[in-house]
Amino acid sequence: MSQCSSFFDFIAHARPELMPAARWGTDGPKTWSADEVQRTILPQLTHGTTVLAIKYDEGVVIAGDRRATEGYQVASRRMEKVFKTDSHSAVAIAGVAGPCVEMAKLFAVELEHYEKLDGVPLSCEGKANRLGHMVKANFPMVMQGLVVIPLFVGFDVKQNTGRIFKYDVTGGKYEETDYHAVGSGGKDARVTVKERFRKNVSESETITLALQALLSAAEEDVGTGGPDVFRGIYPTLKLVDAQGVRDVEESQVASLCEPLARARLERE
Amino acid sequence: MSLPFYVSPEQLMQDKAEYAKKGIAKGRSIVAMEYGDGVLFVADNPSSSLFKISEIYDTIAFSGAGKYSEFERLRKAGIQHADLKGFMYSREDVTARALANAYSQTLGTIFSQELKPFEVEILLAQIGNGSRETELYRIAFDGTIFHEKQRVAIGGRADAVLSALRARDSETVPDVKTALTHCIHALETATDQKVSLDGLEVATLDRTRVGRKFRRVAFQEANALLS
Repeated sequence: MSQCSSFFDFIAHARPELMPAARWGTDGPKTWSADEVQRTILPQLTHGTTVLAIKYDEGVVIAGDRRATEGYQVASRRMEKVFKTDSHSAVAIAGVAGPCVEMAKLFAVELEHYEKLDGVPLSCEGKANRLGHMVKANFPMVMQGLVVIPLFVGFDVKQNTGRIFKYDVTGGKYEETDYHAVGSGGKDARVTVKERFRKNVSESETITLALQALLSAAEEDVGTGGPDVFRGIYPTLKLVDAQGVRDVEESQVASLCEPLARARLERE
Repeated sequence: MSLPFYVSPEQLMQDKAEYAKKGIAKGRSIVAMEYGDGVLFVADNPSSSLFKISEIYDTIAFSGAGKYSEFERLRKAGIQHADLKGFMYSREDVTARALANAYSQTLGTIFSQELKPFEVEILLAQIGNGSRETELYRIAFDGTIFHEKQRVAIGGRADAVLSALRARDSETVPDVKTALTHCIHALETATDQKVSLDGLEVATLDRTRVGRKFRRVAFQEANALLS
């Protein structure tokens, strides 16, 4: 029996057909020239979506829009892109829906599995590294266009601070000091946050900033959905702090979106 | 060259069973009993870091008595079984019954095929929405499963612990404080010595919790509960 506490490594050994990379089929990964990657893969890296994370005085807000697209079609209006992965961490994922949701689910099992086997949860850095390994293992699928780019947020109980980690498709892990956004609307969201960000502001101000950034992204990017007041669909936000992970109530998001959208109209 | 001695299968099994029982009898006892909100586990365990009670899945907890290395191996295998099943199917498809069966198969095979049987006893508990859905299983060293009601004890003096618990039986399901008092009393009666709270490992499966129901009860909390 293996001595490792990783669920990912366990299924790789015991049930390889359950691994995300089982999508390769039996022929193994297709090889691409650098030029093909440039033309075919890179444009897909920013598959429709905007997800972002912003630090506040006591933790981190992590948020995402709800739209999923298939080419020029809206595939889903209620997609959930922010996932609680254990008591003190969450991921938001941009990329192709299927592998994204699968990675978030597998990552949550990975963390729980470790915690149960070893009796203690992984450190914040350890969780971020583990996710990096999973993104790296996904690389052959990136070559087939199945891109998964997560944004990891955790509360580091030892350092008593919230932390944000971003990844590239090769599994590279980079820590961000204040905020980050990924997805097709990521750049618009980042610019909005950049203009207004201040360190150590309150939770409620940061929630508002996150919503403003998502509104900007939804206005500029077709792949990002804005608040849908008719259907009552709003972006999802989670707060990650010393108390753990909790949802921002949909009613609160709804009541915040209204004045933000109105203020925008009035400026125009 | 001389032929090996003939040993009858009965004798062989009996010897193995005796060996396993002896090993288990050396260990300390663990008791689990139903209380109002779920199941309470109390283990006679002086170590505060090497646990005998552990979480397996959302509503399932595990406890092992006997040889540490052996029940630890079974505990890990149980977590792998549960996480794999929950990942492949759904979280609600992970059941203590299936897990108890898997343990029974493993222990049964080891008992009949290996030279040295496992010197362990396993206790599995699962809680549901109401107290009627609580399931308690005891799996013996040879793979025999016992489906128990209300209370179960494993380890060295399991029978003595159980009869001490039965003596204090009441009609109603006790609250957590009463259950803890009963369990401690039963362990004290069985060992015939005073048990101090910091020499105990206490945990619960608590159905009032959201998500994962398993929780360790720290010394201070247990102390506050009793006083």
